[in-house]
Amino acid sequence: MSEENEIKSQLVEKFGFLNETTIPRARRLFADVPLGKFSEVFDYAVKQMKFSILCTITGLDEGASLGFIYHLARPSGIVLNLHTKAPKEKPVIKTVTGYFPAADAYERELADLLGAKVEGLPEGNRYPLPDDWPAGQYPLRKDWKVEMLDGKGANENATS
Amino acid sequence: MPHRNFKIPIGPQHPALKEPECFQIVLNGEKITSSGVRLGYNHRGIEKACEQQTYIQDMYLLERVCGICSHSHATCFIQAVEEIAGLEVPKRALYIRTLIAELERIHSHLLWLGVAGHEVGFDTLLMYTWRDREVVMDLLAMLTGNRVNYGMNTIGGVRRDITAEQIPQILKAVDILEERTKYYIQIATEEITFIKRLSNVGVVAYEDAIRLGAVGPTARASGVERDVRHDDPYAAYGELSFNVITDKHCDVYGRAVVRVGELMESYKMIRQLLANMPEGPITVKAPRKIKPGQAFSRYEAPRGEDVHYVQANGTDKPERVKVRAPTLANVQAVSHMLKDGYLADLPIVIAAIDPCFSCTDRMIAVCDENKSPEILTWPALRQRSIEWHRSRGIDFSQLNREFKIPQGT
Repeated sequence: MSEENEIKSQLVEKFGFLNETTIPRARRLFADVPLGKFSEVFDYAVKQMKFSILCTITGLDEGASLGFIYHLARPSGIVLNLHTKAPKEKPVIKTVTGYFPAADAYERELADLLGAKVEGLPEGNRYPLPDDWPAGQYPLRKDWKVEMLDGKGANENATS
Repeated sequence: MPHRNFKIPIGPQHPALKEPECFQIVLNGEKITSSGVRLGYNHRGIEKACEQQTYIQDMYLLERVCGICSHSHATCFIQAVEEIAGLEVPKRALYIRTLIAELERIHSHLLWLGVAGHEVGFDTLLMYTWRDREVVMDLLAMLTGNRVNYGMNTIGGVRRDITAEQIPQILKAVDILEERTKYYIQIATEEITFIKRLSNVGVVAYEDAIRLGAVGPTARASGVERDVRHDDPYAAYGELSFNVITDKHCDVYGRAVVRVGELMESYKMIRQLLANMPEGPITVKAPRKIKPGQAFSRYEAPRGEDVHYVQANGTDKPERVKVRAPTLANVQAVSHMLKDGYLADLPIVIAAIDPCFSCTDRMIAVCDENKSPEILTWPALRQRSIEWHRSRGIDFSQLNREFKIPQGT
């Protein structure tokens, strides 16, 4: 676990608030990053710490806020899971397509399924919901029910 | 009729596509100047459904994300669940999971080789590979009870053991497949029409493959030495000796070379697994409710890295299940491959990242209006076919000798 511990020390040295980073098993690290500091930490991990692979981005409905986990990996097999969150009233995150063009599909998923607003995401087709999907309905939110598609309580979880 | 900036939508429904997706192609003459991709036509809401079902139900649901890599998704998911629950899966179960995983890779790669042959008008290769693929399909049916969607896994281990009688049958089948794969390697390295048709088609340079996040054989054919089995070992891969196959051609030809090379590595791994399979139980008891926690699981599916993230909340249903199948990671690379290529190359370029479709029946019902329906077994159908051709003066036995097709398959 020496490489994992080194990564944690390097992160904590640079960003003191990451001292609660956990290493639940070999090759896995989980860190909570405040939204305001996220771009800085992400940039450092990708550019200075050789986390050159973005496995995917997981979106979460965490009640009052939306959670986002960026699963970054090193070619050596270690995965750094960076978690951040944004309030549902203003679920705005910045795009990482500048670092990883393949993040395009992952970020469109966050927008379609959870209602996240991704700043800087280039114009393009939506993904994965159909073009005629009703506005303001985000199926991966916990309060979304399939009946809403028939217009019952259609705007209950709308934020826009 | 303009020959510049001619736009054609290929999909979402199109005879050249095996599944619904839409490529918006802009042509200058017959050259592709740009392309856009619209996906999502197959979106079934599986992640949402997973939150409403128990862990064990989810395993069966996720096994159906893909008809070909079914074991990949099921294993990737339960690895995460087992990690959260803190289960120590018996070694024998891990070996059996790995065995099924490699058999799945063999059937997927042989299927791909046939599709690739078909897309470039080399249908003999399709016929040969798909016939040989039946050897591995029969093995999977024998070991798991099913040709696809094996249902081999359970949380805490596997549901079926490998018996002592099955081992020589697996080894015999692997010998046959290895012999046939050597023949395909010969085709891939010596058959000039095959090499010329696939070379410099769908090019992705090493730097682009990394930048665009390509995975699996698509990345490895551009020289990117990445394989989750090697880099982030799971199941029994940490105890196996194998090579990560890469190639420097960076085109569809390279993707074919990588896949046939990987077939040989799979045979090697299966022999190691069978020779060193530990004795002992095949499952540990798993709790119905999984304690709160999270885990991120990676798996090298036949098409590349498959990842699942699972979050548990202490109930018998997960809080969140996130799936990223390898094709999504390769989509950006496809757009790059199509650019500046010819429209005629589009089917093979798309096929080169490996499409997905299910195979089903293995029994054939032959109905004659004057007779009651007759059910033919595979050997009986084969015999009837041989006799039918012989009665018309066509004898394939000469051909069999020339190509040294192993008998008794």
